[in-house]
Amino acid sequence: MRDFLFQGLQMLLVLLLSPLLTGLVRKVKARLLRRQGPPLLQPYRDLLRLIRKDVVLAENASWLFRAIPYIVFAGTWVAASLVPTFASGLLFSWSADLIALVALLGSARFFLALAGLDVGTSFGGIGSSREVMIASLAEPAMLMIVFTLALVAGSTQLSAIAAHMVSGEVGLRVSLGLALLGLIMVAIAENGRIPIDNPATHLELTMVHEAMVLEYSGRHLALIDLSSELKLLLYISVIGCLFMPWGIAPPQGGAPEIAIGVGSYVAKLALGGFLLAVFETSIAKMRVFRVPAFLGAALMLGLLGTLLLFVSGSL
Amino acid sequence: MAIYALYGVGVLLALAPIAVVLAASPRASNVIYGACLVVALVLCMVGVISLLGRTSSSVTLPLGLPWLGAHFRIDALAAFFMIVVNLGGAAASLFAIGYGQHEQVPERVLPFYPAYLAGMTLVALSDDAFSFLVSWEFMSLSSWALVVAHHRERENLRAGYIYLMMASFGTLALLLGFGLLAGANGNYAFDAIRASHPSAALAGLVLILALIGAGSKAGIVPLHAWLPLAHPAAPSHVSALMSGVMTKVAVYGFIRIGFDLLGTPEWWWSILVLAAGGITAVMGVLYALMQHDLKRLLAYHTVENIGIIYIGLGLGLAFKAHGMAVAAALALTAGLLHVFNHSIFKSLLFFGAGAVLNSTGERDMEHLGGLIHRMPRTAFVFLVGCVAISALPPLNGFVSEWLTFQAILLSPQLPSWGLKFLVPAVGALLALSAALAAACFVKAFGVSFLGRPRTPAAATAHETDGNSLAAMFFLAALCLVAGVLPGIFIDALAPVTNALVGMSMPHQTGLDWLTIVPIAESRSSYNGLLVFIFVTVSGSIAALAIHRLASDKLRRGPAWDCGYPDPSPVTQYTASSFAQPIRRVYGTTVFRAREIGEMPASGATAPARLTVELHDLIWDYGYAPIAAFVGGAADRLNVLQFLTIRRYLTLVFAALVLLLLVVAIWQ
Repeated sequence: MRDFLFQGLQMLLVLLLSPLLTGLVRKVKARLLRRQGPPLLQPYRDLLRLIRKDVVLAENASWLFRAIPYIVFAGTWVAASLVPTFASGLLFSWSADLIALVALLGSARFFLALAGLDVGTSFGGIGSSREVMIASLAEPAMLMIVFTLALVAGSTQLSAIAAHMVSGEVGLRVSLGLALLGLIMVAIAENGRIPIDNPATHLELTMVHEAMVLEYSGRHLALIDLSSELKLLLYISVIGCLFMPWGIAPPQGGAPEIAIGVGSYVAKLALGGFLLAVFETSIAKMRVFRVPAFLGAALMLGLLGTLLLFVSGSL
Repeated sequence: MAIYALYGVGVLLALAPIAVVLAASPRASNVIYGACLVVALVLCMVGVISLLGRTSSSVTLPLGLPWLGAHFRIDALAAFFMIVVNLGGAAASLFAIGYGQHEQVPERVLPFYPAYLAGMTLVALSDDAFSFLVSWEFMSLSSWALVVAHHRERENLRAGYIYLMMASFGTLALLLGFGLLAGANGNYAFDAIRASHPSAALAGLVLILALIGAGSKAGIVPLHAWLPLAHPAAPSHVSALMSGVMTKVAVYGFIRIGFDLLGTPEWWWSILVLAAGGITAVMGVLYALMQHDLKRLLAYHTVENIGIIYIGLGLGLAFKAHGMAVAAALALTAGLLHVFNHSIFKSLLFFGAGAVLNSTGERDMEHLGGLIHRMPRTAFVFLVGCVAISALPPLNGFVSEWLTFQAILLSPQLPSWGLKFLVPAVGALLALSAALAAACFVKAFGVSFLGRPRTPAAATAHETDGNSLAAMFFLAALCLVAGVLPGIFIDALAPVTNALVGMSMPHQTGLDWLTIVPIAESRSSYNGLLVFIFVTVSGSIAALAIHRLASDKLRRGPAWDCGYPDPSPVTQYTASSFAQPIRRVYGTTVFRAREIGEMPASGATAPARLTVELHDLIWDYGYAPIAAFVGGAADRLNVLQFLTIRRYLTLVFAALVLLLLVVAIWQ
């Protein structure tokens, strides 16, 4: 019963916190640019306004185009709910391990790329084709990072890896350093942040994600936006859970532990969002065909980490 | 059970001459395909009963070599492949009951189709090298006849010619391999081969020959060249069988030799198999991404999946060589499960391509588009196939790739250094190919079925017939079942891995929530059923909540496209432009891809052109020189055809003297 409660709580928590995280990133970015910036709660207002509006659908949009926002949202939400955030004893966290989690996000992206092609506009096509190019490097890089972590912890289960990391047996390892660096690079690419993509532009030839979803409006757009906010939260949660597992409540923890768990999780998210905003403000967007070099480096970092662990168990 | 299987094969063989007689009648295709469907289902049931009943039975017929006879046996491995072959065969026959109506030259397809099914089943049943090779050739030749069924198209003739060459080459390698195994005494029965323990060097040589021989049929790079030409050339239901099923029969040949007949493997064999698998997986999908012919794209993609299967098999060999039976069972199960899964979704996708071809007359994706509106059911099942083949949860392709990844994660325990360096690289190649596969099928589905129709043919397409749809829906349902309940299929494979590596994966079906746990719960687990339920439920809740509580209004309007919509369908992304970023990233080295833009001078009325140049380096530097050499040598030897009788006699005499000399020196 308690496990059910935790799982339900987690699903609500990620859903409720994700727009706040995006609001925080926007606010910090604006402040760094000496702008006032939108209020922290603006993403919630945007979502509420969008779901109340009519959907304007392109004349030749198919049933798939209308189903995709729900598919993408469901896939991302389920993935985000399976990452241990404030407590490690999630009821269903074993139903999909880290590899399955990556693949679940891959499913969401697959459908989103199809949505870009459905109406048959040139902007949708450009977004989709670039998205799959970026994914074709980001996904293997992510999998190699997963390999590195799995080899260190002897498990691909997120909760088991987190428990292993917090136990202190790990110590400082070269391979983990490589994995962390690679994971941050992948997270930046996957969430379409600067320098890969710019989430704030709408009419720039370099845009990827925004071009794909250009034809969406109303509740469909709200779900797509919420999915990308969830995805950002998911990646920061994964980094937090794997590399900063402190404070996560153990499976049998009491009320104080859970309070610490929630508090530390919110702190980790805030720190992640703040660092992301600082990083984005201090760097320029790169050309699309520089992206493969960036992600190729992440892939090589992951491969190097795995290779080190194959050669020596202690590196 | 073996005798029932042979009866079934006998019925199929008898159908071939009946088809010759009947071919002219309009009902022939219904009768023949209907009969094939029934026989394939019966054979499939025979396989299921043998596999689940864990029985093995054999039959010896007084055919073939007089001192040997023809041995046939169903053991666990043969039973599994009988299921794969005949499940695909049954689906293809059902599809063809509708699809075959549109065949222009039924007399060139109908007689060979049952013979081809019989040949594939016989390969799996054979229990001696002689029957194996005869069945193998029979399968090759009957499929060749189907490839050149539409022989008036030049391209098909060329495909048929190359296929024939490569098939003969593959059989030659297998013939040599079996010859080495049988030794000087020439005992070709598999039992005798198993009992004889060949030396390590000899066994290694046989493995290489098996890798080449079976690999050329399966499509291992660089022996894949015939496959993307021949598979699309055949009628679509036969393409499905060639791609989905015949490549698996080739995998069967490799497993039979590598895991069964050769006994305990050497560790270095796995290096060859793993390297071949990794390169094949990535090259296959990169080739596929560059195609704009739907059926050729699917054929190239088969090459990728064969690579994934060989990665599983290679890991299995590595673990078996080092005596790690648990890990070997996991790796082999992953490979075999992918054999099963791929046979399902590849058949499904070829059926879909066939339905599109039938209703539009087009295989070129650049001439399609918007079919989801005109063929909604075909589009739905094709989408299911695309998701499954892209290894996305919760469908079946993901399960077998996930198991392969789990096997890779067990391999740091392998003691040999070569493998320690190779396996992570192969893991990276596998991850790369999985991601590229998703890109490839976004392109395949997105360009053909989504968007706006690019030609009038695509705009006036119509939904395909009921039988074809039934076959496709059946396979799509199987993709889902195998994806959410993989435990059943893993458990069914237990007798096969028990026989080949002496161990099987832990029993799966009794676990809570029907989770699959390959080694231990603390290591890894996956539950496709729960993932499927979670995604469905949360998607439905979101849809319901928003429609009830917020807004469910919908208006149709023109596409937005940032304010610049263009009514012409040529402004859409095409297959080629969709692949352009990937072509630039990978293709510049792998294919020496070059884009040549011709911009007319200002004021000129000539259109601007963009030409893309791709080079198949394997063809240019591998096949072309060999073909040129063989052609040149044949031209030189051509002189011998026009000699006088005097010179011929001299030649014969000289040859005799030379051979006698050789014999004398040998003694």
